[in-house]
Amino acid sequence: MAGERAASTDPDALSWYEATARQRVVALADPGSFREFLPPTERRMSPHLPLFDLPRAFDDGIVVGRATLDGSPILIAAQEGRFMGGAFGEVHGAKLVGLLRAALELTPRAVLILFDTGGVRLQEANAGETAIAETMRAIVDVRAAGIPVIGLIGGRAGCYGGGGLIAGTCSRLAVSEGGRISVSGPEVIETNKGAEEFDSRDRALVWRTMGGKHRRLTGGADAFCADTVSAFRRAALDLIGRAPSFDLETLEAEQARLEARVARFGDCRDATDVWRRLGVNDPETVPAMDTDAFTATVARVREADHDAR
Amino acid sequence: MTLAEILGSLFPDGHSVTVREGLVGGSGPFAGNSLAIVGVDGDTPLGIDGALTLARSVLDTVRAGGRTPILVVVDSDSQRMSRRDELLGLNEGLAHLAKALLLADRSGHPTIGLIYGHSAAGAFIATALATRVLAALPGADPSVMDLPSVARVTKLPLDRLTEMARSTPVFAPGLDNMVATGAVHAVLDPEQPLHGQIRDLIAGLEPGDARDRLGAERGGRPMAQAIADAVIDQARSG
Repeated sequence: MAGERAASTDPDALSWYEATARQRVVALADPGSFREFLPPTERRMSPHLPLFDLPRAFDDGIVVGRATLDGSPILIAAQEGRFMGGAFGEVHGAKLVGLLRAALELTPRAVLILFDTGGVRLQEANAGETAIAETMRAIVDVRAAGIPVIGLIGGRAGCYGGGGLIAGTCSRLAVSEGGRISVSGPEVIETNKGAEEFDSRDRALVWRTMGGKHRRLTGGADAFCADTVSAFRRAALDLIGRAPSFDLETLEAEQARLEARVARFGDCRDATDVWRRLGVNDPETVPAMDTDAFTATVARVREADHDAR
Repeated sequence: MTLAEILGSLFPDGHSVTVREGLVGGSGPFAGNSLAIVGVDGDTPLGIDGALTLARSVLDTVRAGGRTPILVVVDSDSQRMSRRDELLGLNEGLAHLAKALLLADRSGHPTIGLIYGHSAAGAFIATALATRVLAALPGADPSVMDLPSVARVTKLPLDRLTEMARSTPVFAPGLDNMVATGAVHAVLDPEQPLHGQIRDLIAGLEPGDARDRLGAERGGRPMAQAIADAVIDQARSG
């Protein structure tokens, strides 16, 4: 089974970006601790994709279950970016909603969401969009109950569309260089507003504007990881231990944080302009920095760390 | 109905609601208390600046206390699609607005959405879909993506999609389909005063999220509720 192969894979060597959703979960959790809910053997598949003559997946592109992390019980969900771009369909979304609702009864140490999604699955757009709204409400309920909800972002589909809004609802986010967080994707902006507004073929522009380094420097993410499962595991453990509460004070602080960001960087055309104003000495070198050099750079940026989420 | 007609029907004795650059804010007397209004008018796209303006207004209402209900009126475009908005973290801005509305609801301020025009994608999620109960007026046109764009992405001919849309509510744009999936709870009667209809919605608020149950009852989302319940069952049984 794929799960057993992944279990024997060294988390220090396994690339998060390259791994499947199930490999990520199995290698992230304590060895042998993962138990899947609605596993592929139950064949809970999309009732809608056959209308479009599209293939279905036995898990509808998301793995959900429970596990332990350093001995503490957690609930965990992982999207599979290789199936329909990890997009939210009816079953896919309902599995995540069910997991979050279960957290209110089981009160785990945390809920982990391993994002890998292009957003709403257009073939099931209304169901996907509604599921995203249900997910956001459920996350707020879980956070308000004192349970951290941690998002991990480093998959090949990134975290786009409604996925970006869900990510913004989490208590904390960890991101790798390959992780991108955005609402409108590059192609969507280009299609609607033209290549002068956003040239989606300019991959360097995509990474600068939406990539993990920009999000980490500006406080859009709380941890930056090397592209290994063990790095994400360490980040998850760290973030669980310092999750902000969900209350008026936190949201007032987030309001002030985002207003300050818009006031300070609202006239910037490019991410390198933002990084320069943040005090990064040589912003052109940021995209090529390795994890250690980038982590040292982040440590000098005041805006990167906060409890305002 | 236009926004002016809606406000007139809600507040026959007058109100303080204004619209600036498509962003709606203010309040009016309502059922012995007041009703706070936020929203987007005129098919305006919602960017990070607008999201923060609306969130500020919602948080001010929560800070003031008093369980004042909040009506979120929506006739918007999708999220503003721009390099600047994404550079500034639009996902955080829209999520922040949604969180402010969800916090308000948790804090005893009933939140009611009222869609009377268009709305789509991220703007829809951050406003109307972040309320406890979402109502619509006839003629409202919520969507995730218009059919020509769906045709481009799915690489299916537009005429075939148009045909499928007649029998398949799960992907097609439009109010009826959003009612069927449970996202829109109720369609109001524009011939009757909105004041009483909104008051009744507030009086009938249920705890929890009713949308997947409504989607199952109405047939627009046949599996979602059963799947979510099955996950909870398996989680319980360990």
